[in-house]
Amino acid sequence: MKVGKEKAQILDANGIRRALTRIAHEIIERNKGIENVALVGIRRRGVPLADRLARRIKEIEGTEVPVGILDITLYRDDLTTLAHQPVVHQTIVDFPVTGKIIVLVDDVLFTGRTIRAALDAIMDLGRPQTIQLMVLVDRGHRELPIRADFVGKNVPTSKRELVSVRVKEIDNEDSVVIMEKPE
Amino acid sequence: MGLQCKHMLGLQDISVQDIEKVLDTAKPMKDIIGRKIKKVPTLRGRSVVTVFYENSTRTRMSFDLAAKYLSADTVGLSASSSSVQKGESLIDTARTVEAMGADVVVLRHPASGSAELLAKTVNCAVINAGDGLHEHPTQALLDMFTIREHKGKIKGLKVAIIGDILHSRVARSNIWGLTKMGAEVRVAGPATLLPPEMDKLGVKVFTRVEDALEGADVVNVLRIQLERQKQGLFPSLREYAQLYGINKERIALAKADVLVMHPGPMNRGIEITAEVADSQQAVINEQVNNGVAVRMALLYLLTGGETVETTY
Repeated sequence: MKVGKEKAQILDANGIRRALTRIAHEIIERNKGIENVALVGIRRRGVPLADRLARRIKEIEGTEVPVGILDITLYRDDLTTLAHQPVVHQTIVDFPVTGKIIVLVDDVLFTGRTIRAALDAIMDLGRPQTIQLMVLVDRGHRELPIRADFVGKNVPTSKRELVSVRVKEIDNEDSVVIMEKPE
Repeated sequence: MGLQCKHMLGLQDISVQDIEKVLDTAKPMKDIIGRKIKKVPTLRGRSVVTVFYENSTRTRMSFDLAAKYLSADTVGLSASSSSVQKGESLIDTARTVEAMGADVVVLRHPASGSAELLAKTVNCAVINAGDGLHEHPTQALLDMFTIREHKGKIKGLKVAIIGDILHSRVARSNIWGLTKMGAEVRVAGPATLLPPEMDKLGVKVFTRVEDALEGADVVNVLRIQLERQKQGLFPSLREYAQLYGINKERIALAKADVLVMHPGPMNRGIEITAEVADSQQAVINEQVNNGVAVRMALLYLLTGGETVETTY
């Protein structure tokens, strides 16, 4: 895949760490504790972010929250318009979602279509009490009426730009950068 | 990425990468079958037509459910209750089906090569659900998926295929697929039910079933096709059961953790005893479950997209 020029760094490793710590507190605050809360990371980069959030919450509250992995490939609405068929991975949510407060975790919130697909995918697993959304970066340009409950950083962007979230577990570094979209 | 092949006609000409892609994709599909809500919206608005010129219960139902679990619309056409009875040719039937907007045609036909002929005629994807004595690729793929699930691999395993190899499209697809994936394939059955030049396919041929079973990791027992045995290719069913039937004593020759497979429907007491068919080693019902997952994977992979970049 062609990669465009890097324009600016939005968050470094410390910035990401601080944002996640703040959000962990916000999740606990909003839900008056973490009883009944479960985190579900959206593949791929939402998964390590959900794991880190769970660790932060444990440090603060002393209790573990269940963490699941959601693959939304089969819920996409654009199979016919994709250049390459997306690879289907496993969804691993090994706790009952019914009655739970589910916090969906993703790296970037953009058009909102991934989240729409994730909402469908979660509903097929059961009936949660509430679904909340956490994203590391909200870059705007929504095409659906979806907003995040917890945001690491709001970053107004142009559609000609790309937001690239890099995490140690996948990319060997922690950073969020704005890139120019390749021609 | 989707598959390199546009249709699933057989495993003879397919690449190892494509086989692996189907088996990998079948894994998350199997999870869906295990859920309370067995449905995803992936193929919403797509249509899958099953055209069966031969009777079949499990294959047809399996394709039908696979398509429905992916939210595709399905319709079935049986030769016995359609215009085929009025003399319509396979090609004309297929063109009609395509003109009605089918995205995938699943064909079972008594003539070998019919699926390939169909694929040359229509633009939509064609899946071979068994053509004559030629191939039954989805059965072989589900067999491979089941083996991989239990053994963690296919390469290096000793797989014995026992029974009527001559009339078995399942055996042919399994031989092509398994040898391609690096397994050692052995076949055994009465000499009259072993096609000539079998060894040229890269398999070990035995007429004593015990020799084929020795140290096997997997035993795939084929159905004696009673409807095809009128030509007297072996003296009697009783004699077949005595010499080639898979019983407790014979299965003991294979490895202790041997997998016993059968494509069904079984003739209990002929090619396999009830004791073996119902044993811990048998994965026959699991094969049926895996069949739906593999067919879901194929339907997904064969209906892949074509143009622009996503906005996700």
